[in-house]
Amino acid sequence: MIAADRLAPASLDITKIREDFPVLRQSVRGKSLVYLDSAPTAQKPYAVIDAVRRFHEVDCANIHRGVHELSQRSTAAYEKTRSTAVRYFNASSESELIFVRGTTEAINLVAHSWGRMNVKSGDEIIISALEHHSNIVPWQMLCEEQGAVLRFIPIDDRGDLILEAYDKLLNARTRMVAVSHVSNALGTINPVRPIIEMAHAMGALVLIDGAQAVPHMSVDVRALDADFYAFSGHKLFGPTGVGMLYGKAELLESMRPYQGGGDMIKTVTLEKTTYNDLPYKFEAGTPNIAGGIGLGAAFDYVSDVGLDAVAAYENELLVYGTELLEQIPGLRIIGTAREKASVLSFVMEGIHPHDIGTVLDRMGIAVRTGHHCAQPVMDRFGIPATTRASLAFYNTPAELDRLAAGLQKIAEMFA
Amino acid sequence: MILDDLYGEVIIDHSKRPRNCRPMADANHRADGHNQLCGDKLRLYLKLEGDRVTDASFEGSGCAISTAAASLMTESLKGKTKEESLTLLDVFHEQLTTDTPVRRDLGKLVVFCGVRDYPARVKCATLAWHTLKSALVTQRVTTDIVTTELVPTEMVTTE
Repeated sequence: MIAADRLAPASLDITKIREDFPVLRQSVRGKSLVYLDSAPTAQKPYAVIDAVRRFHEVDCANIHRGVHELSQRSTAAYEKTRSTAVRYFNASSESELIFVRGTTEAINLVAHSWGRMNVKSGDEIIISALEHHSNIVPWQMLCEEQGAVLRFIPIDDRGDLILEAYDKLLNARTRMVAVSHVSNALGTINPVRPIIEMAHAMGALVLIDGAQAVPHMSVDVRALDADFYAFSGHKLFGPTGVGMLYGKAELLESMRPYQGGGDMIKTVTLEKTTYNDLPYKFEAGTPNIAGGIGLGAAFDYVSDVGLDAVAAYENELLVYGTELLEQIPGLRIIGTAREKASVLSFVMEGIHPHDIGTVLDRMGIAVRTGHHCAQPVMDRFGIPATTRASLAFYNTPAELDRLAAGLQKIAEMFA
Repeated sequence: MILDDLYGEVIIDHSKRPRNCRPMADANHRADGHNQLCGDKLRLYLKLEGDRVTDASFEGSGCAISTAAASLMTESLKGKTKEESLTLLDVFHEQLTTDTPVRRDLGKLVVFCGVRDYPARVKCATLAWHTLKSALVTQRVTTDIVTTELVPTEMVTTE
């Protein structure tokens, strides 16, 4: 067993960080909780919990409407998150960041609004074989409606995208390339910069699904030259039900609203509506105000911790966890990409992932089992499901020791 | 230490060495079951003479709990009437999904009572039983069963 402080950079005090996350201080089934399921949703620090609570206790009012003090406070707090996001992702302006429910809604917004205006019969859209269902289904629906063709970048046995195949798929009919920055099922960090360059060279736009990337690495949308970048707040230690879509201003300007309603209008008569300016044009109705404010607190929290230190520490955890798991009899890690985020997906010979998940739960260890909303990835590896441990910077090597000991016991139980 | 109180000796044994895990050429009732959560797939065969189950078997793949459940179910059905089998199904289901006191007359099936603490896994333990219900209510012609393609089977999902 090794201590967290031996793996963590000097700037990260893991013990202190863990104190910021109240959920981690509990027992589950009589054992201290080991939470290795941060890819579906990450735990929330007090900074986020307190910001949401403060909104409900002190500032609660609807935004962009009232002239009274509370409405002004809540509007300011909500819009502050947007300004923070501009700096956080190095966007050009507040116009480029749309509040949405999460990555799924962000992708659907682009597929509906941009897609229906720009994708015609015979056009092509490229996604990858690594995608989460949320970056597959909206494009399937669009292609079906418009008579367009959906193509897939294949992956190799390690779980890396095959860029030579991608190069061959790109052509003058390609309108959009939509790929994940990091695979949720395998942890693969995709080479999104060259993917974007290659698409742009062919005149296609690129949407990056950043849901699994933003908790682990800093993202500069202008350095990437992404046309759209989507993420969910709750995977970035923020509340559920809020996320953002980044889009280049000129693209968003050219797009029709996704939903109609309050807040997205300038003037409404019974006959005609003038739409509001960006970003509000895409924000119909009362949004998740508390969530948006909580997300701002999450940006600040993660910035204070420091994403470079986080990435370095998580990589150490990944290496350590990989070594431990490789020693378990009959265990095979699925996803061994050259560049990986801190995801350990695996199968054990003759043992169903749901049995592994249930026995681990009885040991107080939370992992995800199943297809991870990425059935095409499972099909590619010829397996129905995996067990997946997904790590965040609040995890420790001691927790990975607990996981390995649990898996060792499971291997013996089912031997 | 090695054994766990949900995954106890009986469940582990029946998952690793399932009883009655074989196709049955002379079955006169058959049904397929599918649990989308775990990807468990099961085909249940029954031979009824009159109203009585004289043989029960299954084929399929799944998690330990669903395999053990199918194994123990087929053991417990032999000799029971249709009505007794359906009553046992109701009792079993109630044991897994409610807080009723554990019944002593369940025999080996009592090992599944721990599943009630894992609502997500109840479907695994009850798949074989749901499939049983479908098989019992759907009479199959014995001679047809060997040429399986001719006989559309009842599809049960626990979703």
